[in-house]
Amino acid sequence: MKITVTTGLWACVIASALLAGCYREQRPLPGAPATAAPTDPLRLTSLQPGEPKAAVNSGNPYEDNAYATAQGKHLFKQYNCNGCHGSGGGGSGPALMDDKWIYGSEPANIYATIVQGRPNGMPSFGGHIPEDQVWQLVAYIRSMSGQLRSDVAPSRSDSLSPGKPEQRREKETPTPESLPQSAK
Amino acid sequence: MTRTTAPLALLFAAAGAYAEPAQSALRPAGIQAERIHDLWQLTLAICALVFAAVLAALLAALWRAPRGDAATPADVSPLSRPEPRLRRNVLLAVGASVALLFVLIVADFQTDRLLNRMPLADAVNIEVTAHQWWWEARYDDPEPGRIFTTANELHIPVGRPVVLKLKSSDVIHTFWLPSLHGKKDMIPGRTALLRLRADQPGTYRGQCAEFCGFEHALMAFLVTAEPNDRYEAWADTQRREASNELSAQESRGRQVFMERSCVMCHTIQGIGANATFGPDLTHLAGRATLASGVLPNNREQLAAWITKPQQQKPGTNMPSTALSQEELDALLAYLGTLK
Amino acid sequence: MNTTTTRLTADMQQSAARLEQTWRDPPGILGWFSAINHKTIAVRFMLTTMGFFLAGGVLALIMRLQLARPENHLVGPDFYNQLFTMHGTTMMFLFAVPVMQAVGSYLVPLMLGARSLAFPRMNAFAYWIFLFGGLMLYVGFLLDIGPDAGWFAYVPLAGPDYSPGKRVDFWAQMITFTELSALLEAIILITTIFKMRAPGMTLNRMPLYVWTMLVTSFMVLFAMPSVMLASTALITDRLVGTHFYNPAEGGDALLWQHLFWFFGHPEVYLIFIPPLGFMSSIIATFSRRPIYGYAAMVLAVIATAFLAFGLWVHHMYATNVPELGKSFFTASSAMIAIPTAIQIFCWIATLWTGKLSFRTPLLFALGFFFILTLGGLTGVMLASVGLDLQVHDTFFVVAHLHYVLIGGAVFPLFGAFYYWFPKFTGRLMSETLGRWNFWLFFIGFNVAFFPMHLLGLAGMPRRVWTYPASMGWGDMNLTATVGAAIIAVSVLLFIINALKSRRHGAPAGPNPWGAGTLEWGTDSPPPAGNFVAPPVCGGRYPLWEPDGVPARVTGLDDDRRAILTTTLMDARPDLRPTMPSPSIWPFLSAIAVTVLFIGSIFTPWAVVWGAVPVAIGTTLWFWPNRKSTERQVAREVRP
Repeated sequence: MKITVTTGLWACVIASALLAGCYREQRPLPGAPATAAPTDPLRLTSLQPGEPKAAVNSGNPYEDNAYATAQGKHLFKQYNCNGCHGSGGGGSGPALMDDKWIYGSEPANIYATIVQGRPNGMPSFGGHIPEDQVWQLVAYIRSMSGQLRSDVAPSRSDSLSPGKPEQRREKETPTPESLPQSAK
Repeated sequence: MTRTTAPLALLFAAAGAYAEPAQSALRPAGIQAERIHDLWQLTLAICALVFAAVLAALLAALWRAPRGDAATPADVSPLSRPEPRLRRNVLLAVGASVALLFVLIVADFQTDRLLNRMPLADAVNIEVTAHQWWWEARYDDPEPGRIFTTANELHIPVGRPVVLKLKSSDVIHTFWLPSLHGKKDMIPGRTALLRLRADQPGTYRGQCAEFCGFEHALMAFLVTAEPNDRYEAWADTQRREASNELSAQESRGRQVFMERSCVMCHTIQGIGANATFGPDLTHLAGRATLASGVLPNNREQLAAWITKPQQQKPGTNMPSTALSQEELDALLAYLGTLK
Repeated sequence: MNTTTTRLTADMQQSAARLEQTWRDPPGILGWFSAINHKTIAVRFMLTTMGFFLAGGVLALIMRLQLARPENHLVGPDFYNQLFTMHGTTMMFLFAVPVMQAVGSYLVPLMLGARSLAFPRMNAFAYWIFLFGGLMLYVGFLLDIGPDAGWFAYVPLAGPDYSPGKRVDFWAQMITFTELSALLEAIILITTIFKMRAPGMTLNRMPLYVWTMLVTSFMVLFAMPSVMLASTALITDRLVGTHFYNPAEGGDALLWQHLFWFFGHPEVYLIFIPPLGFMSSIIATFSRRPIYGYAAMVLAVIATAFLAFGLWVHHMYATNVPELGKSFFTASSAMIAIPTAIQIFCWIATLWTGKLSFRTPLLFALGFFFILTLGGLTGVMLASVGLDLQVHDTFFVVAHLHYVLIGGAVFPLFGAFYYWFPKFTGRLMSETLGRWNFWLFFIGFNVAFFPMHLLGLAGMPRRVWTYPASMGWGDMNLTATVGAAIIAVSVLLFIINALKSRRHGAPAGPNPWGAGTLEWGTDSPPPAGNFVAPPVCGGRYPLWEPDGVPARVTGLDDDRRAILTTTLMDARPDLRPTMPSPSIWPFLSAIAVTVLFIGSIFTPWAVVWGAVPVAIGTTLWFWPNRKSTERQVAREVRP
């Protein structure tokens, strides 16, 4: 009797252990890059001539990975993104923690923005930042507006506190925005 | 994991090609480590004596006591009568223990005082900042133009005190150079001081001694102690910017450095590369090792480190850089000029 | 007169049968979860902690296999970091302290002549909480959410910035589970020892083992809150963004170290002090005489407990806390050797004047003298700031801690298992297998851990997943791995011995060793109510007194769970309370608390919503039963 109950308990333990390892917790070390860069050109508006094309399915598996997102946060500081974007509130560059996205909020859009650069001051980092690190940055940037699950998004960093940690932020609904009025 | 075994084994085998410098607390090469070693010898002697005495007493007790078993009636008379002989012997043993402990405590205090009062005249001041998983060293100087920064391999003069200001940029690390002194933690938000002096020339190996993440095991550094004039010559070299006299291939290599990802993290003085995420490479070619003491500094290892760092040091922040063979050769040529 | 069934009068036999009915666990599956008999819970507790011991041992074997050769790639750095974190966490939190409380919760009532532990339902609840916390950690480990920041989880590495994900949160919450369980057990043991001793068992006549459990339990009350506070602050830092450990916002990384080690140093004495009690029990029995120097032994244990709270900064000598402060801790860390030395000398004096019987329990006790003394002396070395600065965080400390913990706790624990196994099961363990077990363990242990002293002095730091071949550390590491394998074989022998002896061991009878304390005055295994007729205590070794047990307690009802409480100092009879009956609510409340704790890893709202089932469960736990209240009122006697 006692043996069967104990065996039952252990069976539950082992059963849950046989579930695939938790991807959130893996430490994927660079060398195994994330999804390939999108091959289709990205569209930033729904207006297009001819037959409407299906939207590119742009996922970033790093969005489920806490380590990659935390690495993205470190890279954001190390590569001085906060020089223009602040800690997400913007400055000479647009805010990244709000709901307004000029060039698209999907991971592939953000990847393209970082790699290609954008008018009015966003440098092109293609070739300078390895692809894998760009995807980590993308995951972090999406977490700044609360797009990531709270168990994946980073918590506070060991620095002066700029505001709520990413994992406690409300999820913004991304809305496209036209170029800022001050653009010339 | 499995696919890295073969190349890593080869690479580390190659690492054994250079003589491994000393990293032992039992072979002191400087006054601070010397004092600790003296204390060690006294303490070892006393503790060995006590251990032998206790063991001898125990074995004697086991040897001479008569045998009994469960049926032997228990002797409860000690509950009602004193045992003066036992009392005297136990008190003697306790007294001896207290006396020996007192000797040790006094010796400890004396050693602490000496360690904290090393004379500091004409000291070399180095500020060492630990990162995950490498060491940044800034040699301070009252004249700002003579301050220089290097990484992972330090040189110090024999016979002159060295004052190390220890900081950390991320998590707690520990600076430990057993040949010259005990260790000191490098705690974010705090500055610690370590004062030491090398009294014998040689190259000494140190290692991080506080668990700091993935590559705590492979976070080593080298300290070369040399006569003062050789040290000053080395320091002067370190103060110089990277050379501009480059061949075509070396220039191409510099271009690769500036146009690819290297410039995002590394500093090379004089060419406009000033990032501080990774180690300063201005005098890379003059170092004996790469990747904080892990790999010998030669062309093959450097190529492997640039293109496949995760195989040498899994978890490192150094990214894999995809380069064509032409770019890689040029880059290696350029890096070879950074003496 | 003793109370084996063969010698009972007809009256007593009827009484024994009713007692068995009153005190036994209810049958069936529901009964299994409702059980509150202290022996039932203690056996489960012991088996669970030993299960964790084996798990921790397997983790250690994998580590030793990885370190056996330089530049080995059996496991990578991430998994290795999880291995040593899980090994340390398992051994310290899930094995070493709980097993001592588990053995104590079986033996203490029997040694005191009591029918039960105090607060039996809370005892069951403490076990379930412990089990669920340990299971949570291991399920996490198997799902790759195992902690990887060390068993001591220094911030900032374990903080929100450098340990992303939930790994460290699982670790921190496991602490909450196990410390809650330990605190509750401590309260139970203190109450039992103070109020439920047999009449006539003054504090001066209490067995030395009971003194160690009393002192340990008081230490738990003062030490555990420190780590609960530290881990809770870590959880809030990670979950909601507080700044306790963030220097940039006014916090301090060293705050963690102070809070953790204020607990952590007494913790190793929590592990070490109960085995001192095992030693006293075993040596007295196998020397056929009382332990020499009772008063000195008791005062030494109490002094150790007090001193243990004044040592913690010796874990922080390498930090930049003020040097003068460190000297204070050198003095206190050296001084704590004195009470332990007193104990060792008193035991040697006992052995010197005794009549020795070299059975397996005594062999393990003798192993203590060699191993613990060596470990204690390396501890004196580590007490010195200068020496510690060289060997801190190297394999020298690994050697030291295993010498004191295995020599000081695990060897006496194995001796205790061999000694009390006949009492738990009614059968003796095999002497032959026991000797093989002992010698393999002793030899394997020294082969495994002695070289580590040399490795530390030769420069090998701790917590390294590999090391360069050119350092010359390979041979000593290989030797250590061979020693670890020998230890594994010896532990396997122990398991075989236990399983075999359970079925086929020689029947033991109530007192196979001819010992003197009260637990040997009842059947093996004891009946559900421990004693058919509870004894009155006439001396420190009641069964050795020339007239045996002087009297028995009569007049306690045997159809309800009646016990006798006595006064604190002189153990005069005091009250006759009724112990609670078995209940499913401790188990269900433990489930509710588990859901609350695990939920709060992911969201702070779990604390709010999770409190509702906990409140319900604990309320129904205490809900009075109308019929039993009426019965009790009916029996109250006007003073």
